[in-house]
Amino acid sequence: MTSSIDQQLPTLAVWKFASCDGCQLSLLDAEEELLSLAGRVQIAYFTEMTKVTVAGPYDLSLVEGSITTPDDVERIAAVRQASRRLVTIGACATAGGIQGLRNFAASGEYASAVYAHPEYLATLDTSTPISAHVPVDYELHGCPIDKMQLLEVITAQLAGRRPAIPGHSVCQECKARGTVCLLVSKGVPCLGPVTRAGCGALCPSIDRGCFGCFGPADTANTAALAARLGQDGMTRVDISRLFRTFNANAPAFREESLTHDPR
Amino acid sequence: MTHGRRSENRTVAVSALARVEGEGSLHIEIRNDVVASVSLDIFEPPRFFEALLRGRRHTEAPDITARICGICPVAYEMSACAAIEDACGVTVDTRIESLRRLLYCGEWIQSHALHVYLLHAPDFLGCQDALELAELDRTAVERGLQLKRIGNLLMEAVGGRAVHPVNVKVGGFYRAPDVASLQALAEPLRVARELALETVSWVGGFEFPDVEGDYRFVALRHPDRYAIDSGRVVSSDGLDLSPAGFAEVAVEEHVERSTALHARLDGLPYLTGPLARYALNSSQLPAVAREAATAAGLGAVCRNPFQSIVVRAVELVYACDEALRLVETYEPPVPASVDVAPSAATGAGATEAPRGLLVHVYELDGEGLIRNARIMPPTSQNQLTIEEDLRRVVTGGLSLSDSELTWRCEQAVRNHDPCISCAAHFLDLTVKRS
Repeated sequence: MTSSIDQQLPTLAVWKFASCDGCQLSLLDAEEELLSLAGRVQIAYFTEMTKVTVAGPYDLSLVEGSITTPDDVERIAAVRQASRRLVTIGACATAGGIQGLRNFAASGEYASAVYAHPEYLATLDTSTPISAHVPVDYELHGCPIDKMQLLEVITAQLAGRRPAIPGHSVCQECKARGTVCLLVSKGVPCLGPVTRAGCGALCPSIDRGCFGCFGPADTANTAALAARLGQDGMTRVDISRLFRTFNANAPAFREESLTHDPR
Repeated sequence: MTHGRRSENRTVAVSALARVEGEGSLHIEIRNDVVASVSLDIFEPPRFFEALLRGRRHTEAPDITARICGICPVAYEMSACAAIEDACGVTVDTRIESLRRLLYCGEWIQSHALHVYLLHAPDFLGCQDALELAELDRTAVERGLQLKRIGNLLMEAVGGRAVHPVNVKVGGFYRAPDVASLQALAEPLRVARELALETVSWVGGFEFPDVEGDYRFVALRHPDRYAIDSGRVVSSDGLDLSPAGFAEVAVEEHVERSTALHARLDGLPYLTGPLARYALNSSQLPAVAREAATAAGLGAVCRNPFQSIVVRAVELVYACDEALRLVETYEPPVPASVDVAPSAATGAGATEAPRGLLVHVYELDGEGLIRNARIMPPTSQNQLTIEEDLRRVVTGGLSLSDSELTWRCEQAVRNHDPCISCAAHFLDLTVKRS
């Protein structure tokens, strides 16, 4: 491959903010596709994988993680400036992640209680999604994201088309794989009716209620589900906790959890 | 090389460490050919896990703490389960224990394959990354990716998915996999064991800088096997403690330049991870792994941190062999989990994450709500020892050019497979220091 062709390959950058690394690991988990992907794009910035860094602008930036520090507010602005297309990957980048539970605490409650020396650190009282700070071209959901969906989004972005990612609920995935409804047949609390598809309805297939890794579906009737969970005997505080995990700050889940928060 | 070279002041600085998990940097000052300061800085923002666990149900700890690390979520799930079950006075039967170890083997395989092939090997072969390595030796990189894929297959078969598995619960599993689905993994695991043996030969042939650390090793030890998922915490200088006892004597300190706490035992740094496990437990490895280690030139203890890649490869052989044994003898636990009724008590759990000892401690109230959580990830326990390694590497490498010395220092950090996302998220909530 000649260097002139190299220069024409679209450039891909991967950025990390507050997160667990699992979503960018999904790219390295695409073992069968990784080497061929590397032939189609120039990996210009991806510190988990390479020491090589190429200056921007970048054709496509993948952003993992949420914004939790003043420095990161500035860094995401610079990433946006350097990126033609910016796609956020995972629950942290799209909804603030599990660390977004601090948004429900009183101001400063976590930071002041936590540190022996809080003055050593500069952290914000909130964990917010990337879209709260800069325009985002596409949001890929999941905690973690699905690696095949990630490859679809990368392909679609580079081809200039809309990714074929469903916005319907996990319920449809259960129906597609023939899983009997746990909520109806056994009264197992399940967020499947309000949670975005993408995992393949993994949990109901092993007799576990969905716990909402992919965040709210496009048209999520959370109030109806919460009412049903209450009729089945779930306490208000447990309903609140169920909506308040990795996607706690996605608007539909946030509002429903606040409705049932006894505090 | 020292002939004719005058003493000088130099700085080794790496603003963003590559091929490690998470965000860290390195700063070393050399004055008159003496190392004046070394700091591995962790600037990954803290996520306050120990704060956000307060008030959550005891059954939620495995799923929440899995999100600390996308590379070793099983380690978090397993240490959380062990600690909660300890608090509630519950023990699981051997079938559940075996299935947990099988899932854990999957994580060891994928994490070690990732580190050996994609993160660490490029250092030894003068490559910037695995893609450049693939141009030199595509077969090697494909071997690594195949091993990693088989580790992920195992995690998917037992845990439901490779990142943040969903099948683990306090007390066991939501559903035990059927016998046929695990037997189908026997053949891939035989292949994986062969690939792991090839890995040991391959990395055994690398050139290693001549450095030895005077390490204080700390690892789990199990009476019957090379410990992964349970055991007592032992050290090379004679400690032998329960996980709870260890958590009491290990002290963590908050320092200005790091969002990870620095751990000490009796005021001294220590090392966990592959070198420590191997030094303390190598006699318990199965013959296939011991013979591979010997053929690659390892003794019963390895103190050269650069050879950690060989030890990791030997552990890959072990994890594949152990997983194969477990799928061949698999009997589904019935029921798949035991009830864990809440209890107002404190419990501790420790397991061996791929990169080292991971300890969880939870204090529960009578309704099963978490009152306090303390989590000691391997990287914060290793951080001071990594800095000591850097001093040794720089002191022994003063004749290297700046770029060579920087390369070697980065490599020295990667020797310990640091997981910075894990390290940064742990800050002790309960101890206030003046």
